[in-house]
Amino acid sequence: MNEVAAELAREEAYTGRPLKRVEDAALLTGRGRFIDDLPSSAGTLHAAILRSPHAHAELVSIDAAEALKMAGVAAVITRKDVTALTRPFTVGVRQPMQHWCLAVDRVRYVGEPVAVVLARDRYLAEDALDAISVEYRPLPPVIDPERAARADAPLLHPDVGANVVSDRSFAYGDPEAAFAEAPHVVGTTIRYPRNSVTPIECFGMIADWRPDDGTYEITTHFQGPFALHPVMALALKVPGTKVRIRTPPDSGGSYGVKQGVVPYAVLMAVAARVAGRPVKWIEDRLEHLSAASSATNRVTRIEAAVAEDGRVTALRYDQLEDCGAYLKAPEPATLYRMHGTLTGAYQIPNLTVRNRVVLTNKTPTGLNRGFGGPQVYYALERLMHRIADELGLDRLEVIRRNLVPKEAMPYRAAAGSLYDSGDYAATVDLAIGEGRLVGLLARREKARKEGRLYGIGFAAVVEPSVSNMGYITTVLTAEEREKAGPKDGAVASATVALDPLGGVSVAVASTPQGQGHRTVLSQVVADVFGLRPEDVSVTVELDTARDAWSIAAGNYSSRFAAAVAGTAHLAAMRLRDRLAPIAAQRLNVPAEEIVFSGGKVAARSNPENSLSFHRLAGASHWSPGTLGDGVDPALRETAFWSPPELAAPDRGDVINSSAAYGFIFDMCGVEVDRDTGKVSIDRYVTAHDAGRLLNPALADGQVRGAFANAVGAAFYEEFAYGEDGRCLNGTFADYLVPTACEVPEPEILHMACPSPFTPLGAKGIGEGNCMSTPVCLANAVADALGVSDIDLPLSPAQVMALIEPNEPPPPHAAAVEAREPGRALSGEGTATIAATPDEIWRAILDPASLARLLPGCERLEAIDENTYAADVTVRVGPVTGRYTARVRLSELQPPHSLRLDGDGGGTLGTGSGTAWIVLQPADGSTRIEYRWEAEAGGKVAAVGGRMLESAARLLIRQMLQRLEVGAAPAAKRPWWRKHLPLGKGR
Amino acid sequence: MPRLKAGQRHEVAFTLNGVAVRGEAEPRMLLTDFLRHVIGVTGTHVGCEHGVCGACTIRLDGVATRGCLLFAVQVAGRDVKTVEGLGGSDGRLSPLQEAFRRNHALQCGFCTAGILMSLDDFLEKNPSPTEPEVREVLSGHLCRCTGYTGIVRAALETAKGNADA
Ligand code: FES
Ligand code: FES
Repeated sequence: MNEVAAELAREEAYTGRPLKRVEDAALLTGRGRFIDDLPSSAGTLHAAILRSPHAHAELVSIDAAEALKMAGVAAVITRKDVTALTRPFTVGVRQPMQHWCLAVDRVRYVGEPVAVVLARDRYLAEDALDAISVEYRPLPPVIDPERAARADAPLLHPDVGANVVSDRSFAYGDPEAAFAEAPHVVGTTIRYPRNSVTPIECFGMIADWRPDDGTYEITTHFQGPFALHPVMALALKVPGTKVRIRTPPDSGGSYGVKQGVVPYAVLMAVAARVAGRPVKWIEDRLEHLSAASSATNRVTRIEAAVAEDGRVTALRYDQLEDCGAYLKAPEPATLYRMHGTLTGAYQIPNLTVRNRVVLTNKTPTGLNRGFGGPQVYYALERLMHRIADELGLDRLEVIRRNLVPKEAMPYRAAAGSLYDSGDYAATVDLAIGEGRLVGLLARREKARKEGRLYGIGFAAVVEPSVSNMGYITTVLTAEEREKAGPKDGAVASATVALDPLGGVSVAVASTPQGQGHRTVLSQVVADVFGLRPEDVSVTVELDTARDAWSIAAGNYSSRFAAAVAGTAHLAAMRLRDRLAPIAAQRLNVPAEEIVFSGGKVAARSNPENSLSFHRLAGASHWSPGTLGDGVDPALRETAFWSPPELAAPDRGDVINSSAAYGFIFDMCGVEVDRDTGKVSIDRYVTAHDAGRLLNPALADGQVRGAFANAVGAAFYEEFAYGEDGRCLNGTFADYLVPTACEVPEPEILHMACPSPFTPLGAKGIGEGNCMSTPVCLANAVADALGVSDIDLPLSPAQVMALIEPNEPPPPHAAAVEAREPGRALSGEGTATIAATPDEIWRAILDPASLARLLPGCERLEAIDENTYAADVTVRVGPVTGRYTARVRLSELQPPHSLRLDGDGGGTLGTGSGTAWIVLQPADGSTRIEYRWEAEAGGKVAAVGGRMLESAARLLIRQMLQRLEVGAAPAAKRPWWRKHLPLGKGR
Repeated sequence: MPRLKAGQRHEVAFTLNGVAVRGEAEPRMLLTDFLRHVIGVTGTHVGCEHGVCGACTIRLDGVATRGCLLFAVQVAGRDVKTVEGLGGSDGRLSPLQEAFRRNHALQCGFCTAGILMSLDDFLEKNPSPTEPEVREVLSGHLCRCTGYTGIVRAALETAKGNADA
């Protein structure tokens, strides 16, 4: 560190300066090269995926014969292809769970891939999806994790025998004694929702199969971890060397999410093999929102043993992690990433944890910015506020009293994380200083005096970076780990090379998705050689067949600054050490005398004695024969670096989950509108210790990005599911992402305690606000409203429910799921029709006229008494879909009342409805009273949720109109136009 | 407008960034797909295809418009400007693009083209906007990377620069 620090302090050092980015010129002019911009070879087929409209069903049959006959269709991939060419994905726990890249025996979430059409273009491929007929046998779904964990819940994987696929308990220190002795025990229960930092670019890839050497080649913006490369190879049943992954130069954001391309990469690889042609697949937004990936939702019970002064002596966690329908590698990593860090920023010696992983009929989860941090800190930092409240202490004081003191660094947390550096108390002082806290308190007092709802929140968070490849094995018992062999470390790699004209190039396996890695690496490497950043060219595209990489490669766990940039520095230093003797020879001085500066290589004592860097750097290319004995050529150096502190979990499950640990202290003031429930952020302060900042402008960009993501998580974002598992937000009009009007500018402060464990002293910074900000905002809202139980997202409806607890709960989001099973849409109404009840009865009971009554009915065929099969075309908003439906009449009381049930499925998904109809004679006419309920699943529910109710009412209106036309004697028609009172919706 | 047949390709001739171009499209082909995959200008991006994210924004006869909500055949005979047409012909960045670079108004750059096109239109019509006005215009765009700060600053700085010039 000292040598490095000295070097970075040099006058001309570029590292640490807020330089402009080399990436921007292309991106600003439309010359980025994203996956969908890359040229593909002639004959490339375009894929469209048929997805399950059911959350849980047996897959009875798939018939693609009609689709295969369609113009431009080359192939349809189904389960028989994937069972022949692949095997199920490796699962992170020892369970007989089968997760294939395409549904085989069952579908387990809405959106699960069932078949793939390959066609000349994407439009034709999508057309052909409609022609595939799939028979499903629906099974009861389970959506809520607590319900799924019960013994009587519907079972997702019968072979596993339970939905809880992992249940481990841990104890560190002596938590039982601490709880027994504590004067106070304070606890809270948190239900953390599902959300995702949905990148604006959806998934995409081009896959090919080279039969001659049996290699799959896949170009995709996979972001790592490359530990998933072996997972792909195993699934494809080939050696790792036969799966060549290449990344495009640009990727439109990831935030962890593009780890989720893995199952699709395997699927499209198989598709290319079956079709014998390259295959391109670009995901659309509905696919992304309904089925790509998500952070986990988690139910946490957390308790603290607390001394009189507010000091926490022990913590007890009970976490129930919902990973969706399958445990997709690297899950259950979300649950274990924070394991060593569960005591947060606090010096708490005793800890007990129970971790359960449960499966539900929802999208499988994966990496997402913050990765496990938001869930843990929401519980822990809510708890710290509650401890203060219940003990009548000052909230900030309780936080301060428990912080790990600077003198304790490096500090081993109870469960094993080794906090490398930091001065937490000073960072808190930085945040509240210069009148910031005083100002906030004054604003709150003033607002409250005026009767406004104003609250202040705090959050203190340790931000881990550079994940230990072994942390995830903490889910296994020590015996299981022994059998599997140790996993540890976090190998980063970088290559620095010199070209014949003396140019410097750098290649790293960091797969950036917008963070500006090329800029930072050019700064770091330029400093080593005494060059300018523009003299160093950096490539970040990765090719697993040619580049240096390890299973830890990739762009996740904030490893760039702390690990990758440092490794590039090491590689450059090694190359410099090889250049120095060559220079020494030419300048006739000892190698220790050589300095690299200002584009020259010179003798320290006599700077006049110099040669240009370029000349020296080209020497090993042009004249290796002149290097002399014992001097090696300097052409290229590849460095691998892994933090030695990252050991595998020990027998007592102690695990240092990350290499470096930054610290954040956040503080905010919010105001809540009493009438609308809208929360406005008045002030937000975020103080970071990320060690040495390599490019402060880019570091602040990371903070702002994570902060905006967190504002979304706090107030807007949740993947909502119907109780039948249907996806309720398939568009960006339903899954709300904050815009420039919702995201204020946070005040960003920096504290720099360099890490002694990373090559450049840097620690991660990109994920911290995703961990600290949601709970900081919730703490402020809780303070404003004076409530103690508060869950996200704090949408106006949820906040109103907290302000007015007696109002009915909000109709959307989580509340939909919490409701007892019932149907989403319902209504009732009356109509008067100019026909007698008998006439109407006959019209309904006669199949020919019933067919005319049903709007959009193209075919109606009796399959049983009063049961019919029908083909209907239904319109919802701008989209039209064909359904194959079953219609049944029952509870017949002629000519007085009946019940009509219909359910069906088709291109737009599934739908079902029931109508109860009562006919009352009224003066030669009939008064019809009706009540109806309906629900829809699949595509139409995901994208058209807002239009469903009006579509349903339109259908009823059309039916009544037709009823009158169909039933009434000719002479009486048709005065209904002005006389048909429409049903009132719910 | 001539009657178009589904399933048949029709020639679409229009002006793209000041140059006359033509290509063939079926009536149902979206303008974004047409620009990107038929004409071959890939700077206009697609983030949702339902009009919310704004990544596909172009200027059609001068007005900022969602490319994903238009069919290719709708631009026949009209004037389309995309991100490729923003800079100088000598490859220099426009003042707005420069301001984006200076202010770190982009990270992954996927949302950027659409935002540039909206601001190009907006700043032309509103030479000295306030910050709330800028934010209001930007609310038609989703960016997941930047938290919008740099974008707002770049827009205000460009307006100021234009005024000072
Ligand atoms: S792609 Fe057009 S608005 Fe999103
Ligand atoms: S820069 Fe990545 S979405 Fe805006």
